[in-house]
Amino acid sequence: MTERTLRGKVAVVGVGETTYYKHSQSPDPEFVLALKAILAACADAGINPKDVDSFASYSNDRNDPSRIASALGCKDLRFSNMQWGGGGGGGAAAVGNAAAAIVSGQADIAVVYRALAQGQFQRFGLAAAGGTVAGENALVNPYGIFVPAQRYAFKMMRFMHDHGIKREALRAIAMASYHHAQANPRAVMHGRPLSAEDYDNARWIAEPSRLFDCCQENDGAAALVLVSAERAKDFKQTPAYILGVAQGSNHRHAARAYNATDLGTSSFGPVAPRLWEMAKLGPKDVDVLQSYENFTGGVLMSLVEHGYFKAEEANDFLKLENLLAPTGKLPMNTSGGNLAECYMHGLELQIEAVRQLRGTSTSQVPGAKVAGVIAGPMVTPVSTMIFGAEETL
Amino acid sequence: MTYLPAGLPAPVTEADKLDQPYWEGTRQGKLMVQRCGACGTWQWGPEWLCHECHSFDMKWVEVEGRGTIYSWTRCWHPVHPALKGFGPYVAVVVELPHAGKIRMLGNLIGDPQQKVEIGSAVTAVFEPHDDAKTPYTLVHWQRV
Ligand SMILES: [Zn+2]
Repeated sequence: MTERTLRGKVAVVGVGETTYYKHSQSPDPEFVLALKAILAACADAGINPKDVDSFASYSNDRNDPSRIASALGCKDLRFSNMQWGGGGGGGAAAVGNAAAAIVSGQADIAVVYRALAQGQFQRFGLAAAGGTVAGENALVNPYGIFVPAQRYAFKMMRFMHDHGIKREALRAIAMASYHHAQANPRAVMHGRPLSAEDYDNARWIAEPSRLFDCCQENDGAAALVLVSAERAKDFKQTPAYILGVAQGSNHRHAARAYNATDLGTSSFGPVAPRLWEMAKLGPKDVDVLQSYENFTGGVLMSLVEHGYFKAEEANDFLKLENLLAPTGKLPMNTSGGNLAECYMHGLELQIEAVRQLRGTSTSQVPGAKVAGVIAGPMVTPVSTMIFGAEETL
Repeated sequence: MTYLPAGLPAPVTEADKLDQPYWEGTRQGKLMVQRCGACGTWQWGPEWLCHECHSFDMKWVEVEGRGTIYSWTRCWHPVHPALKGFGPYVAVVVELPHAGKIRMLGNLIGDPQQKVEIGSAVTAVFEPHDDAKTPYTLVHWQRV
């Protein structure tokens, strides 16, 4: 039997983004944002949008692929796919799903997209008033637990307790994102640097998270164009090849009221080993990493569970200088990430990984050949992937 | 006097009645959880079958309302209209060692700025909301 793998078989040949806005500030409706990002990604690749035949998204994106294909006048709609799960957990999985469709002959030119206009729809960080709740929500909402900053606090708090993690470790993660955003004119926090004092003095949101441990909420859209590796060089950009992708969850994650077998986890424990196996690489091979920050505590656990360092080493490893491009041990969130570039549910992280392999990041890691992307942690399912330059095939 | 202000969503039994014995139990000051009739596995939250042996014979049994704090958070930022100008408040995940280490979530009664420690012993405190359209009772926790 031939090896079942996506390694080296599919490449990203185009990336596109809209302007990134603070939440509720987009002048365009969400569907228009989606279209603009897809058109930009096609232009980047040099592909006629009418030749796109497949679409994949995640997190219950509201923009139906059939409507997109009709709006664009696509000649053929072959594959349309929605990754289960909320939050940004599906960012890498959606790319993997599109890649799997290409490898299995179900898709030729696939677009992965995500669009958000929170002014048009309800914000993630605010709960609706009044009423009744049932099921899982009945066990948490009446106790004042509604939003992700609160729901995931229990995971981060437990992990930090078990391993003696200091606040300075979380601070380094936040400051790395803000540092890189200062070089990136697209970043919503461009021109708004974050000092250690600003971080330390910020108000609590839900312990262990202060204000700058929490992602922004934004409006915008992002898209990537994927084709088979055989065709990748027909387009105008340097291809970013998928070396590995994995999605999944930890044991009984969704058992209600915090009854997952292991609570203090990013959910990547069983998932990350499958990533490394497919990529035929390990953490030491990664030149630059984008790690989804819903909360800095989630990044902490993601890094540990991917094997970048042991939990006991976190306080030593998570120092600002280690996380900065161009020379840090593990340059991370080099566009500013969810904290300081834009909370595009993490799809902006995939785009930044592609830029690093093209050599066009605003905080470039010289000669980057392997770029990791960890999608949203602590939710279920989570997903993670590795891109590589041609030399890694 | 309730721990949190009035106006938060009221819990109701699910349409399929899966969790009905739990909510009925709280009205009588009883903590009812699931235990498998076939293999004895404790289970929380409720599900239609046993995650260990797949028996659908899930029994509802009363457990003693005591445990230890497994994790916690202190919430400062008001995310619900009823919480405007209120806070902080503490929520805890409590592990019940005598019931297969199942966990439950509630508020930690007492000074909201108290030092909270993982591992502390707590007991259940029932908080009835008799005036609600459909009366219900919440289960909080208090340091021993
Ligand atoms: Zn059983």
